[in-house]
Amino acid sequence: MNTNPGPTNKRRCFYGQGIPGVRLEELTGRLIVVEGADGSGRSTQIARLVDSLETGGHATVQVGLKRSTLVSSELEEAQEGNILSRTTLSLFYATDFADQLENIIVPALKAGFIVLADRYIYTLMARDLVRGMDEKWLKNLYGIAPVPDAVFYLSVEPEELVQRNLSKNATLDYWESGMDLGLSREVFDSFLKYQAAMQSAFKAMQKTYGFDIVDANRSANAVNKELRKKISSVIETD
Amino acid sequence: MMKTFAELNFSGRLIAVEGLDGSGKSTQIYLLKRWLEAEGIKVYFSEWNSSELVKSATSKGKKRELLTPTTFSLIHATDFADRYERHLLPLLRAGYVVLCDRYIFTAFARDVTRGCPPDWVRGIYNFAAQPDLTIFFKADLEVSLNRILEGRPKLKFFEAGMDLGLSNDPYESFRIFQGRILEQYMAISGEFDFVVMDANLHVEKQQVLVRKLVGERIDLKKFRRRSPLPLPPAAPHDDKATELEEDSAA
Repeated sequence: MNTNPGPTNKRRCFYGQGIPGVRLEELTGRLIVVEGADGSGRSTQIARLVDSLETGGHATVQVGLKRSTLVSSELEEAQEGNILSRTTLSLFYATDFADQLENIIVPALKAGFIVLADRYIYTLMARDLVRGMDEKWLKNLYGIAPVPDAVFYLSVEPEELVQRNLSKNATLDYWESGMDLGLSREVFDSFLKYQAAMQSAFKAMQKTYGFDIVDANRSANAVNKELRKKISSVIETD
Repeated sequence: MMKTFAELNFSGRLIAVEGLDGSGKSTQIYLLKRWLEAEGIKVYFSEWNSSELVKSATSKGKKRELLTPTTFSLIHATDFADRYERHLLPLLRAGYVVLCDRYIFTAFARDVTRGCPPDWVRGIYNFAAQPDLTIFFKADLEVSLNRILEGRPKLKFFEAGMDLGLSNDPYESFRIFQGRILEQYMAISGEFDFVVMDANLHVEKQQVLVRKLVGERIDLKKFRRRSPLPLPPAAPHDDKATELEEDSAA
């Protein structure tokens, strides 16, 4: 990977105690996270970034939530039945994350790849915080996560998210509407309230984690231009 | 300091047994359950690594040797949380005596032996209360090893701790791994109030001691059933055998 040499100027670290057996100095690739609600344009942006990065000679790998070999299908099944209680669901997602972290993210970073994460621990934490879980507990749990080189939060107004989700699927997703929280009996109202709560959670976390809030109410082209500009500085710090 | 269910004003009580594979703890807790049932006590038995939801993921991970110390730890925590939130808590609220074959101390001993940071493991399980009684079955390491090795000569990958690269020989690996787990258990024994039972004693002798201990620590008459027992479900005998096997594979 001579297009992407050497360790970063910025020392890589974990949020907490990390994972046993991983040496940080070996993780020479780049970890770039794109966060945002469904309909914020995450997948579109990631697909375009992969294109431009690969054209530029960078090897990329993608990860995302509920994509692990270990538990993704079980997690999907459990969620459909809506039978898991809060801590269990949270730990199930953490297992899914850890499996991808150790089997995909870490090996790819060792090999000098650019890892594009379609959401990361922040969405998982925000969802749990909105549901009243203990922040200290979550921080300890996700202390296994390496600190990314860049995190972009695609911020879209809830009203705009509604329009985008409905025009794409003609329905609002149960979980993305936070229907388990009983905010409202109507999915439309619940979606707006839940997405507003998620945005507040993200904005509160921004202070701790310092991610880059990107105005994604704009066109996909405008957002992409901004992301590419910001990412190029992350890749070429050395 | 963790609080017990009694200290948290639950109307039920939780008794946990801990020990190495082959320490005889499962036999002892089974006999304890039979006794409590015969006494008319509301009793529920819960086993480590037995939540239906999580089971398929765990067995897939184990069969394909996909698990790392971190995912091994997290998937068992998921299993525990599921049983804790859906079964243990409501039953303890309803005044049951809940018997657990392994509790969070299994994770404390085993995951730390696998290299997970102790604070991280403890932090994850901090939603769980301290049992009202924890009995640790301490057999000589050789006795436990021989029980397992004689009964079922083929050791499973994770059971033998083969993921730790201690030895290429599964039997040697198993011995070293179990020895280290025992050390971890002993290191936390005082902190979590383990009552240590001599598991080298005869089965019947141990059970007499277990029943005496439970009778002293828990005011059993408070946990009697008021309504008549439902008819026992027709449980096929085969189920029991697979459950026992799953336990030591954990």
